[in-house]
Amino acid sequence: MSLLQVKDLSISFGGVKAVDGVSFTVEPGEVFTLVGPNGAGKSTIFNLISRLYEPSAGQIVFDGQDITGLPAHKVAGLGIARTFQNIELFDHSSVLQNLLIGRHCRRNTRWFEELLFLPKVRRSERQHRLLVEEVIDFLDLAAYRDKLIAGLPYGVRKVVEIARALSSEPKLILLDEPASGLSVEETQNMAWWIEDMQKDLGLTVLMVEHDMSLVSRVSNRVLAVSEGRPLAMGTAAEVQADPKVIEAYLGTEATS
Amino acid sequence: MSNRFKSRYDDDINLFEGRWHLAQYAILMALLVAAPWLLGTYYLGELTAVLVWSLAGLGLMLISGHTGQVSLGHAAFMAIGAFTNLALMLRGWHFLPALLASAVTSGVIGAIISRPILRMSGIYLAIATLALSIIIEDVAIIAEPITGGVAGVFAPPIALFGMEIDRYATPEAFYYLCLAVLVLVTLGYLNLLRSASGRSFLAVRDSEVSARALGVNVARAKTLSFSLSCAITGLAGALYAHLAQAVNYESFLVLISITLLLQVVIGGLGSVHGAFFGAIVVVLLPQLIAIARDFFDNAAGIKIAAYPGMDTALFALLILLMVIYEPRGLYGVWFKVRTWLQLFPLYRKGMFRRTRTYLKTERQR
Repeated sequence: MSLLQVKDLSISFGGVKAVDGVSFTVEPGEVFTLVGPNGAGKSTIFNLISRLYEPSAGQIVFDGQDITGLPAHKVAGLGIARTFQNIELFDHSSVLQNLLIGRHCRRNTRWFEELLFLPKVRRSERQHRLLVEEVIDFLDLAAYRDKLIAGLPYGVRKVVEIARALSSEPKLILLDEPASGLSVEETQNMAWWIEDMQKDLGLTVLMVEHDMSLVSRVSNRVLAVSEGRPLAMGTAAEVQADPKVIEAYLGTEATS
Repeated sequence: MSNRFKSRYDDDINLFEGRWHLAQYAILMALLVAAPWLLGTYYLGELTAVLVWSLAGLGLMLISGHTGQVSLGHAAFMAIGAFTNLALMLRGWHFLPALLASAVTSGVIGAIISRPILRMSGIYLAIATLALSIIIEDVAIIAEPITGGVAGVFAPPIALFGMEIDRYATPEAFYYLCLAVLVLVTLGYLNLLRSASGRSFLAVRDSEVSARALGVNVARAKTLSFSLSCAITGLAGALYAHLAQAVNYESFLVLISITLLLQVVIGGLGSVHGAFFGAIVVVLLPQLIAIARDFFDNAAGIKIAAYPGMDTALFALLILLMVIYEPRGLYGVWFKVRTWLQLFPLYRKGMFRRTRTYLKTERQR
């Protein structure tokens, strides 16, 4: 069974149809990439899946459950984690704190228990720490553990944001342009980590990315969208060769 | 230069970072406990005022400093706490249940108000909470059976554990009472901050959209924070009523709300220390000005008393300097000094230069 099914998803802002009848399914364990020119509606699809936007039509089914009517804060608990195109970290907290906030959807203590810091709360904190340390190990962030986000370089912030998403123990991770603004070496590392997430952690990855070398390297399937509508689906090479995709990026040939 | 090696997760979870840190606070605590022997009655009274305002500042710090929602109406919750406490005590309640009732009443009223009010943000939120503070002045006059109308109510003496506690008759006992309440609240506050609820407050402050994506119920987190904040401020209001001995509508004017906000800004938004530093400034600055005035009058022969409004002007100047040069307030200054001492002689000049911030997703808050 597919992990994520998106059926006829649509949303319009005023008169602009940002997403217009997009359907696709993501199978467990695959890396699925959305590509398309700027303003094609890729990030909007992400925001619809993480329930930050309300779709005007269509349905989103995750792991057999219809999440179309679910409030945004319940999505993380089901196992969908995400990163943002422009990093949305908690700047005044340390890396460790950011990752611990990532565990929020797995919290099992109430505020009044925390107020008294009952032994149960300490046990739960230790448990959260243990799982966060595994993520720190996985993404090699130990050197930055106690550093404040505000002082970190851009490339590290990108990785911390992925670490924060992984801390919530997701089944599906949405990566919104993981390689944007990264150097060649950092993009290389990102490709390895995406492969590791898929192979070692058994995660399903849904990704928006412009860097076609990264897309070709890690993606199992690629969906091209333009002006809110799906254009072509297939492997990275197939999509890149599709005349409709070329047209969307470069325009049509001059006709005489 | 100190370096701390962590060997267990508990090193990060514990309230105190090792023995030296614990010792520092133990010394501070010992000094506070010994204060009645060290200070005269007058200065003990001032110190008690610092404690009460610290408590009120802690309340505001929770919602404004740690959850990022500005409130210009916290005097209203001091009023609710004060009038609840006095009204119940005058009807025969014991002090402790009445004190608890102050916290609960302020907290519940805060929770009810927070749902509509915290849908707003920024300047709109500031105006809405300001309105709250103005409304409470009128309510305090109208609700005469509880608040004593324009005349206000006098605080009855507190009977506790077979002792009679009165601000003037037994100032030490009242001081210890305030100290005990403040220490308990501070510990609870720190406990919240080192667990999931506290982290969700910080998340809401720094990025609502990613807080939501990580499973934080933003509306609920704001309500909880506002409600707890009001409860703490209500406690401070009740203690303030006993400190001032009599309260009426004039005790909780909008100016008090503004002073409270300035207190947390001067102290340093987003730090527990800040609430205390701010309270020290707010309470002791007028005293300092009075002392300076006497000095100038006597020694230099300059009649400063002829220029009224010195406190306000100095206060305003302080705020301006803080906002321009040290946005993290007195806590920021203290933090830098501490770092300088810890790293001596390796401190670098650019260590705290503000780093550039990266663009946040603008379309979603």
